[in-house]
Amino acid sequence: MKYRLFLVAALIFAASFPDFSIAQAVKVKPAKSPAAKKADPVKSDTPATESKTTINKAPVLLPAVKTGISFWSSASSALPFPELPYEYGALEPVIDKLTVEIHYDRHHRAYYNNFMKAIADTKMASMPITEIFANIAEFPVAVRNNGGGFYNHVLYWENMSPKGGGEPTGELAEMIKKYFGSFSAFTEKFNEAAKSRFGSGWAWLSYDPLNGELFVSSTANQDNPLMQVAERKGIPLLALDVWEHAYYLKYQNKRADYVTEFWKMVNWPEVDKRLKAAVGR
Amino acid sequence: MNFEFPSLPYAYDALEPHIDKLTMEIHHTKHHRAYFDKFVAAVAGTELESKTLEEIFAGISKAPVAVRNNGGGFFNHNLFWEILSPNGGGQPTGKLAEAIAAKFGSFDEFKTRFNDAAANRFGSGWAWLSVKADNSLCVCSSPNQDNPLMDVHDCQGTPILGLDVWEHAYYLKYQNRRPDYIGAFWSLVNWEKVSENYMKALK
Ligand SMILES: [Fe+2]
Ligand SMILES: [Fe+2]
Repeated sequence: MKYRLFLVAALIFAASFPDFSIAQAVKVKPAKSPAAKKADPVKSDTPATESKTTINKAPVLLPAVKTGISFWSSASSALPFPELPYEYGALEPVIDKLTVEIHYDRHHRAYYNNFMKAIADTKMASMPITEIFANIAEFPVAVRNNGGGFYNHVLYWENMSPKGGGEPTGELAEMIKKYFGSFSAFTEKFNEAAKSRFGSGWAWLSYDPLNGELFVSSTANQDNPLMQVAERKGIPLLALDVWEHAYYLKYQNKRADYVTEFWKMVNWPEVDKRLKAAVGR
Repeated sequence: MNFEFPSLPYAYDALEPHIDKLTMEIHHTKHHRAYFDKFVAAVAGTELESKTLEEIFAGISKAPVAVRNNGGGFFNHNLFWEILSPNGGGQPTGKLAEAIAAKFGSFDEFKTRFNDAAANRFGSGWAWLSVKADNSLCVCSSPNQDNPLMDVHDCQGTPILGLDVWEHAYYLKYQNRRPDYIGAFWSLVNWEKVSENYMKALK
């Protein structure tokens, strides 16, 4: 319940940036304004996090977060299907062009279309998707499956980049070290979550707003850590799709190889932005 | 040891063009094999080792999850290979045909029910035709590698026909088009074998 209140507060907070439209969020990528960088830290409504991290509490809902909090705070029925942030072949050789094309244009688009159908003319149409997730047990299973499928893939595409790889820096790196011991201990834990998810699902790095911790988990099918039904709830920072469709054309039964290769594509600046946005609210 | 990894009752390319050779090869030698190996490792040295799969499934809720996942994967694929054939297709005859007509109204109606079960199973899983304890037929689906013999299943019975709808079963050829794979499946069903399974399942 505390968590639900938190989400609501976060959404009100996000909604207080009226000049940040969806159109901007999706298509425009304005330069970081110096003002945003220098903005005074705001009081966080999660004091638990303050003593635990050194993260700047400034509102980092920066436009550079392509589909960040502002994007998701609009009414679900108004959400567009975001463009892929790179070409289909851009993740080669880690993820082949055909896989990206089918995955984005067929699987992801179908989740989006089916989600829109499932919420049309219901009270969910005007709710932000995060609020739907927070109360997912009340809603039809089609909303859970397709809403999750829509949201999860947006995160997945955006937390990869043809220029990805390496290791995180700054506060994200510090927090990973703090909660996992080291970067390699973290990747090992994440790999284990990804490999041991039996059947279809996702592996996650998330931020727990109740205690300010980072944690690794996996979810079945198209569930995610924002959902009421998640074993441990949090704000997802890094998403890895381990449905067979995500890797089968290239890796077949070798999911472990796909998981290992994934790290070469991770867009750490994007993950860092998600962390800042999650902590900042 | 009780358990044996079966060889395929036909060549890897025998189900072409409906199921391609590479899919069959990986499915049998990698996926199925891995379930078998992990299942054997999971039961080794435990009291489960001397039981039959049916006995293990009847108490699966109390077994480790590795036994459920890999024992299911082992058994389900055994059945799957057997009910497929390069000379399959058509319709069942005899007692099974009568039972299908009695339960579902017609063979087409049964197919529609089975297709829906297979298409609507979200994520990984199986569609089944099984025989319940009262000898009646039942169409259902299960997640992951569960099956109707397991005590966790919501429509328990003896499976006589199974369709693998994990993406690995069809992705190389059909990608996101699961319904096309389900449609092709009917050209491969070995109804003689399914009838034999049906007669054996009757109590
Ligand atoms: Fe996917
Ligand atoms: Fe399979």
